[in-house]
Amino acid sequence: MNNAIYRRRRMVNAFNMGASMMTMAFGLFWLAWILWTLFEMGLSGISLDVFTKITPPPGSEGGLANAIYGSVLMTFFGTLIGTPIGILAGVYLAEFGSRGWLAPATRFINDILLSAPSIVIGLFIYEVYVVTVGHFSGWAGSFALSLLVIPVVVRTTENMLRLVPNSLREAAIALGAPQWKVILFVTLRSAKAGVLTGILLAVARISGETAPLLFTALNNQFMSLNMNQPMANLPIVIFQFAMSPYEDWHRLAWAGSLLITLSVLTLNILARWFGGRKNQSH
Amino acid sequence: MNPQNTKLQVKNLNFYYGNFHALKNINMEIEPKKVTAFIGPSGCGKSTLLRTFNRMFELYPGMRAEGEILMDGKNILDRDIDINLLRAKVGMVFQKPTPFPMSIHDNITFGVRLYEKLSRAEMDDRVEWALRKAALWDEVKDKLRQSGNSLSGGQQQRLCIARAVAAKPEVLLLDEPTSALDPISTAHIEELIHELKEDYTIAIVTHNMQQAARVSDFTAYMYLGEMIEFGETDSIFTTPKKKATEDYITGKFG
Ligand SMILES: Nc1ncnc2c1ncn2[C@@H]1O[C@H](COP(=O)(O)OP(=O)(O)OP(=O)(O)O)[C@@H](O)[C@H]1O
Ligand SMILES: [Mg+2]
Repeated sequence: MNNAIYRRRRMVNAFNMGASMMTMAFGLFWLAWILWTLFEMGLSGISLDVFTKITPPPGSEGGLANAIYGSVLMTFFGTLIGTPIGILAGVYLAEFGSRGWLAPATRFINDILLSAPSIVIGLFIYEVYVVTVGHFSGWAGSFALSLLVIPVVVRTTENMLRLVPNSLREAAIALGAPQWKVILFVTLRSAKAGVLTGILLAVARISGETAPLLFTALNNQFMSLNMNQPMANLPIVIFQFAMSPYEDWHRLAWAGSLLITLSVLTLNILARWFGGRKNQSH
Repeated sequence: MNPQNTKLQVKNLNFYYGNFHALKNINMEIEPKKVTAFIGPSGCGKSTLLRTFNRMFELYPGMRAEGEILMDGKNILDRDIDINLLRAKVGMVFQKPTPFPMSIHDNITFGVRLYEKLSRAEMDDRVEWALRKAALWDEVKDKLRQSGNSLSGGQQQRLCIARAVAAKPEVLLLDEPTSALDPISTAHIEELIHELKEDYTIAIVTHNMQQAARVSDFTAYMYLGEMIEFGETDSIFTTPKKKATEDYITGKFG
């Protein structure tokens, strides 16, 4: 063994290790600071009222109930619309996308959609839907959110299906199973955990989006569960309240931010949990 | 051999992976209700040949077969053959276990359901029958609802054999089915092969000379994509006509 080379390697290793630890600490520092501030400011604003009372005029008692329900509704419908489309397109890309030009083109457009600024999506729905029907609405917000869900689900579904070994497809085909049965009962099933993880990540992504809702759902200071009316939602209420000069609005904005952060955190933990379970079964 | 007496008749079969000529002018007959073993060094084309019998190669672009493979007199390479029906008639077990992501019970019923309508009781009987055939029943009879993935590698392989047998194909293709099994399970599978050939035609690829000698009625020795020698197992193993075959069987080669 060559001692000089060995010593050099150890030094390079120590240096790289130290540098990566420092960058990690740098990143974690800001994250910890943000979370600390968020909890400090947000926790004091959280009370039962936040969940039961609607957004107040400045200076009076109130909560975020209308915004919470609005966000949940629009996120729910956005996911409900976007997920099937995303899964079908992902299946197409993974299972039928090895020949022809359609699949590469779809993949390319999907990548663009994936990195498109969400405000562009909001403007798009504004032009094609809000302007056509003539008013802002919960549906418009859901459509905008679904356009954010689709590319995430397409990408994860395709990637997860590609991880399924070909030998498994062959085994099912060798029994004489038609392709749709192979996909439904064998391939999609073995990629189930991964696909679910992708959906959860997509939900996490849209639950904090402000820009696509600005031109679509707008806001509503009253409690409204009518998807054809403008609809309150947490991100825009936070934006509005945080920019205001009123102290009690600020507290509600912090409480709302904390709620969004906690739900995104929960979704991410769930996604990790599902992802981890999948790895164990192999 | 006359045509009535062949299950599969391979005529001037050539196979290409893109430009690579993997099977060179193969001619042979596989007799019904007999076991035919394919031996030869790694990469000689045994799996390739087996995978033409159920047209598995068609899943991939760039692979193509030329020539004829007659099954009961009908060319299965013809375009107008119902390929799913063909595959239901020609079962296959792969080298590596491939349990489906479902329960042990459903693994077996998946293939059966495709082409048969059975009552619940009949289906349960079929599951037990197939698992007994594959020498797995005693180990799994109390956990039929558990995932197929929860079994050991060798148990998974026997599950795959049971799955293929359960669908009652006419021809069974076995590509090194016992390479992942312990000697006891291997002996069980060899017994199974003996039993199955009462009803089925079996083609088996194996790297184990003793196994080929034990289970097969006919043996084909392949080398570099060519069929070097094909004949009754007894004569191939005792009085091979070609020096290359003898060298391979006696271990001087490969
Ligand atoms: N998908 C493929 N694409 C291109 N060439 C291939 C492919 N599969 C196999 N081949 C080639 O075809 C030849 C025959 O391969 P085959 O898998 O049939 O060998 P084999 O006899 O089954 O070997 P083994 O005993 O190792 O399983 C080999 O030279 C191999 O490199
Ligand atoms: Mg092989």
